[in-house]
Amino acid sequence: MNLHAIRAIYKFEMARTWRTLMQSIASPVISTSLYFVVFGSAIGSRMISIDGISYGAFIIPGLIMLSLLTESISNASFGIYMPKFTGTIYEILSAPVSAIEIVIGYVGAAATKSVVLGLLILATARLFVDFEVAHPLWMFSFLVLTAVTFSLFGFIIGVWADGFEKLQIIPMMVVTPLTFLGGSFYSINMLPPVWQTITLFNPVVYLISGFRWSFYGVADVHIGISVGMTFVFMLICLTAIWWIFKTGYRLKD
Amino acid sequence: MDPIISVRNLNKIYSSGFQALNDVSVDIHRGEIFALLGPNGAGKTTLISVICGITNPSSGEVIADGVNIVKDFRAARKLIGLVPQELTTDAFESVWATVNFSRGLFGKAPDPAYIERILRSLSLWDKKDNRIMELSGGMKRRVLIAKALSHEPKILFLDEPTAGVDVELRRDMWELVRKLRDEGVTIILTTHYIEEAEEMADRIGVISKGRIVLVEDKTALMNQLGKKQLTLHLQQPLEAVPEELSEYELELTEEGHSLVYTFDVHASETGIGEILRKLNDRGIDFKDLKSTQSSLEEIFVDLVRSAHEKEVVGA
Repeated sequence: MNLHAIRAIYKFEMARTWRTLMQSIASPVISTSLYFVVFGSAIGSRMISIDGISYGAFIIPGLIMLSLLTESISNASFGIYMPKFTGTIYEILSAPVSAIEIVIGYVGAAATKSVVLGLLILATARLFVDFEVAHPLWMFSFLVLTAVTFSLFGFIIGVWADGFEKLQIIPMMVVTPLTFLGGSFYSINMLPPVWQTITLFNPVVYLISGFRWSFYGVADVHIGISVGMTFVFMLICLTAIWWIFKTGYRLKD
Repeated sequence: MDPIISVRNLNKIYSSGFQALNDVSVDIHRGEIFALLGPNGAGKTTLISVICGITNPSSGEVIADGVNIVKDFRAARKLIGLVPQELTTDAFESVWATVNFSRGLFGKAPDPAYIERILRSLSLWDKKDNRIMELSGGMKRRVLIAKALSHEPKILFLDEPTAGVDVELRRDMWELVRKLRDEGVTIILTTHYIEEAEEMADRIGVISKGRIVLVEDKTALMNQLGKKQLTLHLQQPLEAVPEELSEYELELTEEGHSLVYTFDVHASETGIGEILRKLNDRGIDFKDLKSTQSSLEEIFVDLVRSAHEKEVVGA
């Protein structure tokens, strides 16, 4: 294992975060704070509680998940896309590093940033809403698992993208809508039965439900299914990445 | 001689169907400066890319210092440094950070003293904290060299190292390359500047349309293929080459004011004495004479042209 290479990639990617602190950390924290102000404090105070949880507290896991998913994808896709765009990918491809080491470096850094961001949003939420975390260890595990899985997904998007527009398409056109419709702001039990069934095809439902369970002990779907579905998605991403490196897809001709 | 790189029957066909390398076989000797010459699109960069692991070969094999570059890519790539043709750099990174990044990427533990030595030798030490985007083109080229040298490679590929570089910097780079060779680094460079190959290379390889046309010691190449010309500047212009000199390869130029004799530098009898004597007998005086040897550029153009002609005839 080329540990020096993993460290070099990780350090390089983390350094980019500090260079772009406003964009990487401050911007998502501010936008999530606005959600808390509008939905949590202003509108939430006039809404009934869901499953015995105040509306402001209910949306915390969903809002953290929203940032976690989009930022994980964005961080990882940008991380691998930029060397392709600038041409510095030649150095990665000619270095004595294996596919797994490259992925650990890029995905590890992207996931770290997302987890830090998730924890910052959690701390920010405390300023607006009162809440307890019932299963802190599970909460942190879910945070890490989701960050890693969606960073892997972001890595795939970064390899696939051949322009900045494609880099944005999946997070904006697919992930954000799925997160909004995946129970970030409501319990899927509030939907009519037909829509409840349709919603179960949305993979983000399982992530938000599991994450919310770690906070309040209540979930739309069983926690085991949530964990299982996250692992299934991770496995799909790992398989796609294995194929990318095996074929050299969009990395090597 | 023991080759440090051995390329055998290498083929590369891109997904578009374009064959960039066609059964290429070549050995690079340990410690030499090998110049790979060829016109645009000849396959120079593809050959380098395959050896460095950036492009997958379609078939054939490359052995670097006894190691197969595909089967044992880690050991092989640790030996190799690459300075690419394009100025591809991380614009927002500092010089110090990017060079240290390269060292780590190639599996070496941090060694600030070594990196400092490289930066000083490339006159980059004063710029170590500058962001790369703040540097001139020549400085960026040096940064790429520093990155390629950061992991102490035994083999260094320089793909058009002096493209777009001013004359002074070019001379500095030539000096640096010679120094590296003296330290035991094997250098393979591609260049469009024949002058560069002529100045630096120990051996020359010519590639055209994905095929190696020739590999030869530079001096031997120039001796074998180089033609010499003797130009006599005449006192009075001639209308035609004198009859008694028709057996020689003589040509009148500058409206008859110059008589040019092309001869084989290795021939036992060049015929110069005979020509001068016959001119003297005819009372043809000359005010000056000079001799020139064909440059590597002319040899290269001839080689590529004859390779194309052979291909056309073969087709």
